[in-house]
Amino acid sequence: MAGNRDNLETGKDRRRSPSLLLTSAARRRQKLLELVGKGLLLSVTSVSVLAVFFIFYFIARDALPFFRLEGFREFFTSTRWYPSSHEPEFGALAMFYGSGIVTLGAALVAVPLGVAAAVCLSDVLPFGARQVVKPVIEMLAAIPSVAYGFFALVVLAPLMQESGGAVMRVLLWVAGGPVAVLAVLVASDVVAGAAGEELRKPVRLIAGVLLCAGAFLLLSRIGAQVGAMKIASGTNALNVSVILGIMALPTVVSVSEDALQAVGREIREGSYALGATRAETVVKAVLPAASGGILAAVILGIMRAVGETMVVWMASGNASQIPSPWWRMTEPVRTLTATIAGDMGEADHVTGSSRYHVLFAMALCLLVISFASNLCSEMMLRRARRKRGG
Amino acid sequence: MKVSRKALVGAAAGGLFAAAALAGDAGKIVIDGSTTVGPIAKAFAEHYMSRNPSVVITVSESGSGNGAKSLINAACDVATMSRPMKDSEKSSAQGAGVLPIENVVAMDGIALVVHPSNPAGSLTIEQIRGIYTGVTRNWKELGGPDLPIVVISRDTNSGTYESFETLVMAKQKMFEKVEYVGSNGAIRQRVMSTPAAIGYVGLAFMDGVKPVKVDGVEATPETVVSGEYPVARPLYMYTNGRTRKGTHLHEFIGLASSPEGRRIIEDVGFVPLKQAD
Repeated sequence: MAGNRDNLETGKDRRRSPSLLLTSAARRRQKLLELVGKGLLLSVTSVSVLAVFFIFYFIARDALPFFRLEGFREFFTSTRWYPSSHEPEFGALAMFYGSGIVTLGAALVAVPLGVAAAVCLSDVLPFGARQVVKPVIEMLAAIPSVAYGFFALVVLAPLMQESGGAVMRVLLWVAGGPVAVLAVLVASDVVAGAAGEELRKPVRLIAGVLLCAGAFLLLSRIGAQVGAMKIASGTNALNVSVILGIMALPTVVSVSEDALQAVGREIREGSYALGATRAETVVKAVLPAASGGILAAVILGIMRAVGETMVVWMASGNASQIPSPWWRMTEPVRTLTATIAGDMGEADHVTGSSRYHVLFAMALCLLVISFASNLCSEMMLRRARRKRGG
Repeated sequence: MKVSRKALVGAAAGGLFAAAALAGDAGKIVIDGSTTVGPIAKAFAEHYMSRNPSVVITVSESGSGNGAKSLINAACDVATMSRPMKDSEKSSAQGAGVLPIENVVAMDGIALVVHPSNPAGSLTIEQIRGIYTGVTRNWKELGGPDLPIVVISRDTNSGTYESFETLVMAKQKMFEKVEYVGSNGAIRQRVMSTPAAIGYVGLAFMDGVKPVKVDGVEATPETVVSGEYPVARPLYMYTNGRTRKGTHLHEFIGLASSPEGRRIIEDVGFVPLKQAD
């Protein structure tokens, strides 16, 4: 019986499989299924697009009444933020400054460190080490931001207050070191390029050593000056920048390392075949080829820093001021995100409508900023890709 | 969240049923007023409703002034207020046939705290105001070490900020270097770890930091209740006429001097009154 059925089935298969032609009913059914599938996918995709539009719409709807009530001028030009006062003032300039300076600081920490680490992972460290180190770096992304904030508030802030100079010196070396090494590499190449054909190698060596010594001297000179600094308040722009930089690090490292990997063996081996050293290969061949991806990594990392709220609310001090000079990062600052989070609690419809709508005005500004920078990065990436392609 | 939604519904319902609620004490109490007293009212309401499931209590927080207005318009049974009723409000109440009776439910006391290493022992209200308006910027000027003062405040949302603003700042605005922090605990943490810091907290948050005498008076529950300590104020629940014994309203107001009520008041960060005799 069983054998018989087997035979029957294989026979049926044989009859069906060679012919790819379907009956018209089956074809129609397939077309319908395809249409349904496409429609389903389209609707799923449009849900996320629609979500963006809805967010834009609802935030704008609550933001516009603020501008209607208070106008644009104070919001964008004043640093006086007294939303709950008897004569309220809604100057948000200091918040724009605060978000900007904190992001800049985070980029200064995350970009040199992150790109250097990515190069190290992809081109310097042996494969085995990479398999261990990369997941460890990516683990930084798994730590919740409130834990970072707690660390900033309880560990880093008192540390800055007690031994601000030493902390600043360490930071200078950590952030300045990779930059100096890169600068020395590039500069010595430029010097060597200007020298004659036979002299190129010794000139490069001498220039490298001299520049290295110079960079070292410069860094220690600045370090000595920085080391004498005293920080009054540990919850300041610098503290937040360091923490945000560390938080952005896994994104920068991971994405730029992927970009460097994607460059492929051909370019590296081609460069080696032309007699280039490993440093030259990395700086002149691999990094330019991966520049688009690295740029994307940097922008992704920065976006993480702009949008971060909890750390900033806990550790930036939230003082609505623009310190003078503007690059003094040891002063407390206030950011847009922290203001929205901190002032949302009681600012409901009942208590003064401007106070409620001003937060949406800030959210709208943040949204526009991130939208614009996303668009910019997209354009830059496309241009980089086209240049490489053509 | 749950309470506030209830509160909104309550505000609407309060307008409709105010007359009934006032007349009969028919298991419904509508409360409106101060955002500072709000947490006490909400905690009391939760406690009271869990004991008496037939009673519905709604709490809105629209500010002391609006609370007074609601009471005068008979739109609420209890007006919570963080200041005594003004004469103008009392006379317009009289015109509307409402007799507002003052019930003090708790005291709101704020301690000024500094780092334990700070030698400053006593400050006047004027000196504190000077620190928060940026007139005084170094502890040296107050006889302390040569350190720039790190000035810390609660966020502008909090009831503690509002109280501090009324009791100390005298309508002046804080200067731009003042740092804002989200909770009493966070202020304590910052002051504990910052030698040059000054901050203000509710009386329950003084471990690990050094409270400063204000105008020579130490901040303790006793000096706050007795009225000697200057950075303190009573919190009120106004009712229309004296509450009659046996009504839910009477029991509700009476919570403030009961042991559970006193514990609730301490939990939400205020100073309870002396035990009822």
